[in-house]
Amino acid sequence: MKNKTPLLNRIYIAIMLLFLYFPIIYTVVFSFNSTRSLSMFGGFSLKWYQKMLKDSSMVNAIFYTILVAVIATAVSTIAGTITAIGLSGSRKVLRGVINQVNNLPILNPDIVTGIGLLMFFSTLAIKKGLATLLLAHIMFCIPYVILSIMPKIRTLPPNLADAAMDLGATPVQALLKVIVPQIMPGIISGALISFTMSFDDFVISYFVTGNGVNNISIVVYSMSKRVNPSINALSTVIIVIITVGLLMANILPIIKEKRRKTK
Amino acid sequence: MKSFKSMVYPYIIWSTILIIIPMLMIAGYAFTVKGNSVLTFRFTLDNFKSFFVDSVFINVLKRSLYIAVITTILCILLGYPAAYIIANLAREKNKVMMVLFITFPTWINMLVRTYAWLGILQDNGLINTILQTVGLPALKLIHTDFAVILGMVYNFIPFMILQIYTSLTKMDKSYLEAAQDLGASKLQSFLRITLPLSLPGIISGITLVFLPAVSSFFIPKLLGGGQYVLIGNVIENEFLIAGNWNFGSAISLIMAITIIFFMWLTKKADRDPSGEGGV
Repeated sequence: MKNKTPLLNRIYIAIMLLFLYFPIIYTVVFSFNSTRSLSMFGGFSLKWYQKMLKDSSMVNAIFYTILVAVIATAVSTIAGTITAIGLSGSRKVLRGVINQVNNLPILNPDIVTGIGLLMFFSTLAIKKGLATLLLAHIMFCIPYVILSIMPKIRTLPPNLADAAMDLGATPVQALLKVIVPQIMPGIISGALISFTMSFDDFVISYFVTGNGVNNISIVVYSMSKRVNPSINALSTVIIVIITVGLLMANILPIIKEKRRKTK
Repeated sequence: MKSFKSMVYPYIIWSTILIIIPMLMIAGYAFTVKGNSVLTFRFTLDNFKSFFVDSVFINVLKRSLYIAVITTILCILLGYPAAYIIANLAREKNKVMMVLFITFPTWINMLVRTYAWLGILQDNGLINTILQTVGLPALKLIHTDFAVILGMVYNFIPFMILQIYTSLTKMDKSYLEAAQDLGASKLQSFLRITLPLSLPGIISGITLVFLPAVSSFFIPKLLGGGQYVLIGNVIENEFLIAGNWNFGSAISLIMAITIIFFMWLTKKADRDPSGEGGV
């Protein structure tokens, strides 16, 4: 309709972006501050990064966050894909029930999911730690994987697998060589969502973990009572990891597309 | 795909154990006496009674709802113009870029982004230092309602913008052309066409903002301070410090029911014909 965006609109969007990005930029800048101050930049220094690396709880948190995110993503992507393919062949009633059940962790406030799992693990006398953290993360990631795969499966011709098997493929071959490649975009976006959900989770992890196994969010939460600029350094590490990850996820498909076109 | 339907069975067992049973346990503990094991189930409503009898808890619930409602309203008022401007950008490429820019911060850990505000809002933080250098009096920002609401709006507004943007782009532009042909002013066509048609986006935006705002407990703890208590903090406290699962479960149920009630109210308002009725 319009060719030019009015100046006022540009200013509004600029202010909105400033609001959204200012705290992130502030964190990154002050992680390189040479003083403790949170308001005066005293000069460039890496001392908060050194402090962070010497702090075993922070280093462990980075390790556990990445470990849990990788395992939870791998397991929930595979389990979610298997379930989604199975669901496409099951009766409508069952599909409806599973969707409703999957909605529980998605729609429930995280704190409710967290306390439910806390009571469940404690009642069974399962020691809270890495195992419970992993179980919880896989639990809340699978529904997102299923959600992102189901629409892709629905677009497939219903007899695709049968056709492959009529032509001599074993069921496993039909799955891996015919179905899975067709729904790959859904699987990838499901894996991406799982990874960030797991990587960023605080509330559920906070209730189900224990025994010194903490992720980055929990460490930030428990250290935030006092001014501690190493948290800015830790935050910057997270910001860099997520930024690089998202850039790769967004740029790689474009590069692939370009290569395919030039070939 | 019928041949693969047995592949769903493991997940039925998994989701029963890890999703359904924990939820049932919340209900189970909420309605039983403290100290009872699962086997000696004794029904009681005392957990709910002690919540409603004690004005402290009622006030906390009221305050949580107040903060969440203000947050939601601010997200709509501030987010709508942003979504509208982006949806009306001339080039498709710019729209995609802007949406990416708006959503990008949500991928970064909420706790990390909330912690950043602590340094900005503190008594000797960035804003007050700037104010004092210019010669203005310092403001009390941290540990106030303002700080908590700011933190929530900051965390949740991208979800609102995204939902409204989606509903605006789905809108059939020919309605607007028809309205203009029929002599409607810009304001009229916005109020009578664009706004009602974007209502579904606002409603799903409300779900995505109001729900986490009511139950949030780390935003009030970080930006409101240790004395600042919302319903999420009470639940955290009952489970991790007081160790009273029964009462904590009852509060969670009350919170969940309150949220469902508010969502039902919103949906009802959406269907109400006086609200110009969505299509």
